[in-house]
Amino acid sequence: MTLVLRPLLALALVASAWPASAQITPDRLQHASEEPQNWLTYSGTYASQRHSLLRQVDTGNVKNLELKWVLPNQAFGAWQATPLVVDGVMYVTQRPNDVLAVDAKTGRVFWQYRYTNSPDARVCCGANNRGLAVLGSTLFMGTLDGHLVAIDAAGGRPLWNVALGDPALGYSITMAPLAVKDKILVGVGGGEYGIRGFVAAFDPASGKELWRFYTIPGPGERGHETWSGDTWKTGGGSVWMTPSYDPELNLTYWGIGNPGPDWNAALRPGDNLYTDSVIALDADTGTLKWHFQFTPNDTYDYDSVQVAVLADIPWRGSQTKALMWANRNGFFYVLNRETGAFLSGAPFVKVNWASGLDAKGRPIKTTQPAGSPTWPGNQGGTNWYSPAFSPRTGLFYLSAWEGYASIFRSEPATYIPGRNFAGGGHTVVTPVPGAPGVRIGRYSPINDWTDVVGHGAVIAIDPQTLQRKWTFPQYDVTDSGILTTATDLLFTGGREGYFYALDARSGEVLWKASLGGQIVNGPISYAIDGKQYVAVISGNSLYAFALRD
Amino acid sequence: MGGDGLSDFSAFSAFIAALLLTATLGAQADHGAQYSQAEIAAGYRVYSATCVQCHGANGDGISGVDLRRGVFRRAASDEDLARVITSGVSGAGMPPFKLEPAELTGVIAFIRAGFDQTVSVRVGDPARGRTLFDGKGACAACHRVQGRGALSAPDLSGVGLVRTVGALQRSLLDPTSAMVPANRPVRAVTNSGDTVEGRRLNEDTYTLQLLDAHGRLRSLAKSDIRTLTYAIASPMPAYGSRLRPDEIADLVGYLASLREP
Repeated sequence: MTLVLRPLLALALVASAWPASAQITPDRLQHASEEPQNWLTYSGTYASQRHSLLRQVDTGNVKNLELKWVLPNQAFGAWQATPLVVDGVMYVTQRPNDVLAVDAKTGRVFWQYRYTNSPDARVCCGANNRGLAVLGSTLFMGTLDGHLVAIDAAGGRPLWNVALGDPALGYSITMAPLAVKDKILVGVGGGEYGIRGFVAAFDPASGKELWRFYTIPGPGERGHETWSGDTWKTGGGSVWMTPSYDPELNLTYWGIGNPGPDWNAALRPGDNLYTDSVIALDADTGTLKWHFQFTPNDTYDYDSVQVAVLADIPWRGSQTKALMWANRNGFFYVLNRETGAFLSGAPFVKVNWASGLDAKGRPIKTTQPAGSPTWPGNQGGTNWYSPAFSPRTGLFYLSAWEGYASIFRSEPATYIPGRNFAGGGHTVVTPVPGAPGVRIGRYSPINDWTDVVGHGAVIAIDPQTLQRKWTFPQYDVTDSGILTTATDLLFTGGREGYFYALDARSGEVLWKASLGGQIVNGPISYAIDGKQYVAVISGNSLYAFALRD
Repeated sequence: MGGDGLSDFSAFSAFIAALLLTATLGAQADHGAQYSQAEIAAGYRVYSATCVQCHGANGDGISGVDLRRGVFRRAASDEDLARVITSGVSGAGMPPFKLEPAELTGVIAFIRAGFDQTVSVRVGDPARGRTLFDGKGACAACHRVQGRGALSAPDLSGVGLVRTVGALQRSLLDPTSAMVPANRPVRAVTNSGDTVEGRRLNEDTYTLQLLDAHGRLRSLAKSDIRTLTYAIASPMPAYGSRLRPDEIADLVGYLASLREP
């Protein structure tokens, strides 16, 4: 008798818990900021402010944060993912393309899904995956071999799987997709392999492709005239960060990566649209509404893959639908997100590849002689690390690299399918020839480049004045994202493995924990049973903190 | 390009390749060749037109091969390199290259110079270099190799893996201009007035790790330090006036052969 009853009871319990916890409707996504106990998209909300409205942890009690649980990763290498939290369940990816469903209160794992990539998969910069989208009761993940996979959020089993591009040609996906209304949006990486980048929308139920927008316009398309000959065919324009979305305007905002080949602009005369640009696409049709190019005819690998931060801010006396962008090229921009019009911009770190921006925001180029240092260096004044905006302080926060320069070189490049299509390279400027320069990521616990080749900082910029409000310097560089809260806290990390809570108004350190491993992702906050958690990944482990009981 | 550096997708295969490599590392060449700047420059032109496609700008584009640092799968001597370049490696995807003799010499010179076009580098006999290291050069008075020698200057047991021959030669001739910032001697005066001098090992925003003058590993909190000074000048003497050019070349050969991982 009991043998029969137990499974039935168990089933009943699951069923009763199921409907409330599983359905993430488009309406819930649109109003994600109204349920701050959850973290429903890569950037928290469609506006990508990474600003949590939770208030339990504040500037007074943040010193009482304590570790609640740790989830160790079984894979080595940089862990760049931002988790989602859906009604008490955390979903997080680990490299190359595993998904874990985790009890966000205890860190215990419900299920693990492992996707096996094609041996043809190739990525420039590590087997990274930055996260998931959720819609209904389904999770969506892009894979290193360029597939989009739908996974049952309760069962952890794949539902469908579609290929976006040929991995043998370098097409890959490392970004977290975004669910918008009845579509899943995602773009492809591969800017070092001479791909022709694109973003596409998919039916969440079937995986059917609904629209596609090429980031490199083909013959007859607007912008094609910014390429010469056949250079557009290998023009790059990769997409490897999650877009933002304005539901009122129904526009999605995408950051587009570098042109190919990376470091030899002479091989592709013209502005090379829409590389190094932000593009505004209609969410229903993928139609281009406007674009703004940050770095025309780029020769520095200044991917514009940063996350667009949307906010309505005062501008010359009236509330303006703004889009704020701290670019890898070292300039901070404020645009009108309805029209793409340039409102203002200024360097936030030392810049010498351009002397400034003209009235339309186009850089006034001051290309340095061959062999001379260019600021900022190849990894940029900032990069893909998520910034934050606090509507309370009105400040824009980002992780910046300061005092960091590269010597760029251009070389011949021949396109060979699937091979690196670089056209040159770069060397970090060091005081001694051959001395270690800051590298892309930490592979050793020892800092052997020192701060003389560049260091990191969290900086707070006032978008009204473009002035720095404060700076929090670090000895090593930082690839950490940023989270702010409604209690004026700012959480961030860095390569040194310190996890910080700063005062968002002053930059003062209020609390820190030495987690040891590099923090190369954005912290998140969520709540369960009335308790606020702050979670961050450091090294190969995910840590969840909350106030002492 | 972004993210975090090359190819850890295949970290395991790289690890296996590294294991296989250790077998060939000991057999560092005694090529004793002198390469001119003109040869190195000619080699750079060949390299950037041809080799770079697969080996990459830094010479480490193929797993298990790091041309700039002299890590090869199938070559030890210059003759081996010439054979691999002209015959190719069937099965590994490397085609044979038909180069003019001057081009072939140049590309080998470029590889041997560690991709450094700014030096004319000469690599001598490692065995004679070892004798100089322990004897006339008195290098072991400050440096340690495989457990022998002092620790007041960096351990050199693996220096051939982390420095090009050009950089090694520069270190001997002009130590100050070649001293990397990570090795700058430090002097810290603590808030309580103690002075700690030593060699910097590691550092972050809040702490500094060093090996002090008494051979102790010390970790200092920067908040406890009143003044912190990094020496820009190297305490090492310049060897150009102490050793003959052929002796410098032999020492370079010895240092390049030190490849303990």
